[in-house]
Amino acid sequence: MEIGQGQYPMEKLIRQGAEANIYLGKWFGHPAIFKRRLPKAYRQPNIDAELRRRRTSREASFMAKARGVGVPTPQIYFVDPGNGEIIMQHLSGIRVKDAIHQSIKEGEEEIWSRLGTLTAKLHDNSIVHGDLTTSNLILTETEELVLFDFGLSFHSDRVEDYAVDVHLLKEALTSAHSTLAEEALELVIKAYSQVMGKRRTEILTSKVQEIERRGRYARPD
Amino acid sequence: MIMVPLVNHHRENNKRHLSERKNSRALQICLGIESTAHTFGVSVVSHKEGKKLGSILSDVKNVYKAPPGSGIHPREASHHHAQVATEVLQQALQVARINIKEVNAIAYSEGPGLGPCLRVGAVVARALSSRYQKPLIPVHHGVAHIELGAMLTGLSDPVVLLVSGGHTMINAHSGGRWRIFGETLDLTIGQLVDQFGREAGHSSPCGQRIERLAQDSHEYISLPYSVKGNDVSFSGLLTAAKNLLHDGRSLSDLCYSMQETAFDMLAEVTERALAFTEKQEVLLVGGVAANNRLKEILSQMCLARKAKFASVPIGYSGDCGAQIAWTGLVGALSGASVPIERSKVHPSWRLDRVNIPWRN
Repeated sequence: MEIGQGQYPMEKLIRQGAEANIYLGKWFGHPAIFKRRLPKAYRQPNIDAELRRRRTSREASFMAKARGVGVPTPQIYFVDPGNGEIIMQHLSGIRVKDAIHQSIKEGEEEIWSRLGTLTAKLHDNSIVHGDLTTSNLILTETEELVLFDFGLSFHSDRVEDYAVDVHLLKEALTSAHSTLAEEALELVIKAYSQVMGKRRTEILTSKVQEIERRGRYARPD
Repeated sequence: MIMVPLVNHHRENNKRHLSERKNSRALQICLGIESTAHTFGVSVVSHKEGKKLGSILSDVKNVYKAPPGSGIHPREASHHHAQVATEVLQQALQVARINIKEVNAIAYSEGPGLGPCLRVGAVVARALSSRYQKPLIPVHHGVAHIELGAMLTGLSDPVVLLVSGGHTMINAHSGGRWRIFGETLDLTIGQLVDQFGREAGHSSPCGQRIERLAQDSHEYISLPYSVKGNDVSFSGLLTAAKNLLHDGRSLSDLCYSMQETAFDMLAEVTERALAFTEKQEVLLVGGVAANNRLKEILSQMCLARKAKFASVPIGYSGDCGAQIAWTGLVGALSGASVPIERSKVHPSWRLDRVNIPWRN
């Protein structure tokens, strides 16, 4: 079967993400998400081809791995790294980022706790997500918290890499939800430690602080 | 921080000058001093009440040149600044046709930067503030790059890519501060370009030379591309490029490949910030904003996303007094000043620690 871009007449562009376009269409009669990393005209062509191929195959493989360790991710239907395309399960729900902005307050604490649990499950299985933000999480209609966008994921056993994961989440929370970032992060860490244990969590948080101190001009004179 | 009602400040001093101009009661004039790194600059800017734009009346600078193959020596640079300070100051006032007594506030770059260099600017600013009884306004150098760029381009709420020797950050304004959306985890883009350039025997700043060499090649040599979430890392890229240079690979191929890799990384994280914040504008500021290839890449990215792109005009992309004078002026208008005895310099000062009351 030949799979290429734009062969599904029912598709509708629903989001222009930073590195991919998201279309809603049908896959063997079921609603499906078509994620396409389209070529970027601004990029050097060799870099562009390599990034699209690598991240597409990475994303598909880590989505499956995450699911295997109990982290809900969309089911994958089809992968085509050469064309930068993944076809996956469509989930009805709301992005956590939008849920927070629309200040749906009830259940907000629960979201942060569950995010902490999901992150810990990944790290406990040597998986680094690489891009933990509130726009990569969906709260489904069945109240399931689903994580996606594994294009920057990788395997690692280094605390440093887990700490970078948490640091990125912290950065995303502070820049997008500055007022509630601190409280949210506390809940994330609390849930994280319930999976990883107190000692490992302490090592992680001190590593996160170390990374922050490494930031430019972060150390006060 | 002490609040000073600047609008009514020093009316006495200004009487003669202000009576010469029609409807200029609310005209504010600020003198700004820049001395964070290689540049010693002084500028005079003015602003009329009710207007969005300011006028840069003068912007004079004298840049310390490092010997070929080496970077800025902080002590040497500070000696340079001390030697040229008087002349640059006099010229800035002359070009602006302003008497120092007509100025409403004295702004200086408080940091971040090289301590010895910062102190020269601070000393000059304190002396002027004390001698002429003008409020002293400390300014964050990075914020100043952003604010001058925003004023000159007219963008109101942009995602900002701040690229220089001291900063490589993606910023967006939210909750009273310029938040750091992403940044470099190690070297700045300016350091990457300069350190590679110096390895090839040039002297800092090397940006222009690297850009020209890159134009001679379209031969891409694969180099490490490192984006971590919204952050970038350039150290692996620098090491790989240096090694390839010592292996005898063509310098222009390497300049081309290094620029393409580094700029594509920056465009990617900027695009991520744009998609995430759902803002409609991108502003490019800082010394590396002078690079045409970077501007081309970012404007293509913005075009595809239907976002507006603007870059700070080339004359004001590098460090200059105007950035300090303008930011000092808007800071002064919202009441920020520091008593001389409590004024200091901050070689290390993070951009998201600075309150931005004028954008609320």
